[in-house]
Amino acid sequence: MIWDPYLECMDVEQRAQLQVRRLRDTVARLAVNVPHYRSKFKELGINAEDIRSLDDLRRLPFTEKDDLRDNYPYGLFAVPMEEIVRLHASSGTTGKPTVVGYSASDIETWAECTARAIGCAGGSPHDILHVSYGYGLFTGGLGLHYGGERMGCTVLPMSAGNTERQLMMMVDMGSTILACTPSYALTLADAAKDHGVGPDDLKLKSGIVGAEPWSEGSRNAVEQLLGLSAHDIYGISEVMGPGVSMECDAKNGLHVFDDHFIPEIVNPETGEPVPDGEYGELVFTCITKRCLPLIRYRTRDVSCLQHGVCSCGRTHPRMGRIRGRTDDMLIIRGVNVFPSQIEHVLLGIEEAQPHYQLIVRREGRLDVLEVQVEVAPELLTDTVRRLQEVENKIAHAIYTTLGISVDVKLVEPKTLARSEGKAKRVLDLREGV
Amino acid sequence: MTDRLTKQVSVFLENKSGRLAEVCQTLGANGVNIRALCIADTSDFGILRMIVDLPEAAVSCLRDSGFSVGETHVLAVQIPDVPGGLGGVLKLMGEPEVNVEYMYAFFTTVEGNAVVVFRVSEEQTQSVIDMLTAGGVRILPAAEVYAL
Repeated sequence: MIWDPYLECMDVEQRAQLQVRRLRDTVARLAVNVPHYRSKFKELGINAEDIRSLDDLRRLPFTEKDDLRDNYPYGLFAVPMEEIVRLHASSGTTGKPTVVGYSASDIETWAECTARAIGCAGGSPHDILHVSYGYGLFTGGLGLHYGGERMGCTVLPMSAGNTERQLMMMVDMGSTILACTPSYALTLADAAKDHGVGPDDLKLKSGIVGAEPWSEGSRNAVEQLLGLSAHDIYGISEVMGPGVSMECDAKNGLHVFDDHFIPEIVNPETGEPVPDGEYGELVFTCITKRCLPLIRYRTRDVSCLQHGVCSCGRTHPRMGRIRGRTDDMLIIRGVNVFPSQIEHVLLGIEEAQPHYQLIVRREGRLDVLEVQVEVAPELLTDTVRRLQEVENKIAHAIYTTLGISVDVKLVEPKTLARSEGKAKRVLDLREGV
Repeated sequence: MTDRLTKQVSVFLENKSGRLAEVCQTLGANGVNIRALCIADTSDFGILRMIVDLPEAAVSCLRDSGFSVGETHVLAVQIPDVPGGLGGVLKLMGEPEVNVEYMYAFFTTVEGNAVVVFRVSEEQTQSVIDMLTAGGVRILPAAEVYAL
């Protein structure tokens, strides 16, 4: 179903007027409430009243992930703390997370967007929505949860993990829509097979699958094994969370809900906009957010845009599947991991040297991250136990910062390539992502 | 005490084929003879421990070849080559809760006795020497060990 036909199928010209008005209001608010933007706008001679058309968007400054880091934790928030009802966090590039805040109306907006997304996946109030995204600081679980409740679905807040129990609930409750990462969908599918549960035993008709890059090959596998139609969902916590864009039944790109987030594709080197259909860096400007309305936020995700009316009737522009990153961020089991975070952790451990290599493998359906670390020569004591203690210490420190378990492997000093740039640090052996 | 301490050379080895051979070839090329050795390993790495006739030469040639080398003091203890010989020595050492971190044996015998290398913690080394000596067990001086 189309959740909000008025806004989702709005005439493009009419929507542009709405966008300009909302953009102007946002710029005006930021100039008053956020020192970072106030000085940027002043520097560039930007006044809110000068924003008269969408072309004026290009005059506005980019916002980078580093700007969030430099203003950690609350510096970019545009409302006082008493208006903030929730915080979420995702990986930062070093030891500190990227923190995002939501006012009550931001939570409302978000629920509207994820309700639209559920609608794109064919959902309605009759559906039983099985949410297997993690609940917590990660935006996935709660994001879909509120959208499901907004639509009037019956929501099962499963969170991730405990696969057997998930399967039992899925069968017993008759879940009709599954929301989870592609790798977890495959894990569930494998478990179903092991327990003799086939598509006929499941009532699933649709999947809301995202938070990780995935391929058409994975889509086919998920669809066949679980007997559902899998839809790609995109989100980024800095912009909001899941529900920034969503694939409809046409499966010809993801509709960007651009009455809330204006998308652009720019050349990552020059920052210049690129034409429709050409790949570049995805940039979002939040025009309805109260707490954290980022202007021209550079996601570092590589995608493309297509404007025009879709066969489903929605007039939102569509973005292509994420094709990669402009930086070296990895996504491991749905968690964003920056090599620089690992480096930051290693710098804090005296026995380790900041010379490391990351090797990502897929074992079965699971991503495994191996961290190879050079041993400081003075560490070379004569007991294996001591070295294993160091391995455990490093693994624990990484777990504390990133929230994922890694395999630490100590290697001899001077055996890892000395980094000339970022390329040599990461070896991604996963296929078909 | 120092003349009773034998210098052991240890080398960190990743589990990569050919690394052990490289160590041995490096030592051979530099005229160093291995007198006793053992390997402690995990799935990821191993530590090769050796007693050699020329410890300083071994350390420098291995370092020059890019190996991670450590030096540790151990005790080379003469053990009667009879049933219960080693057990008796361990009993002597074990009285006040001495922890043997690891041990291994020499290939050669000295006057019909076996020679076993013991590694105990730095703090306990002196008391172990005293106990063994008091119990009539001979600890080989380092110079004698290198000449075996």
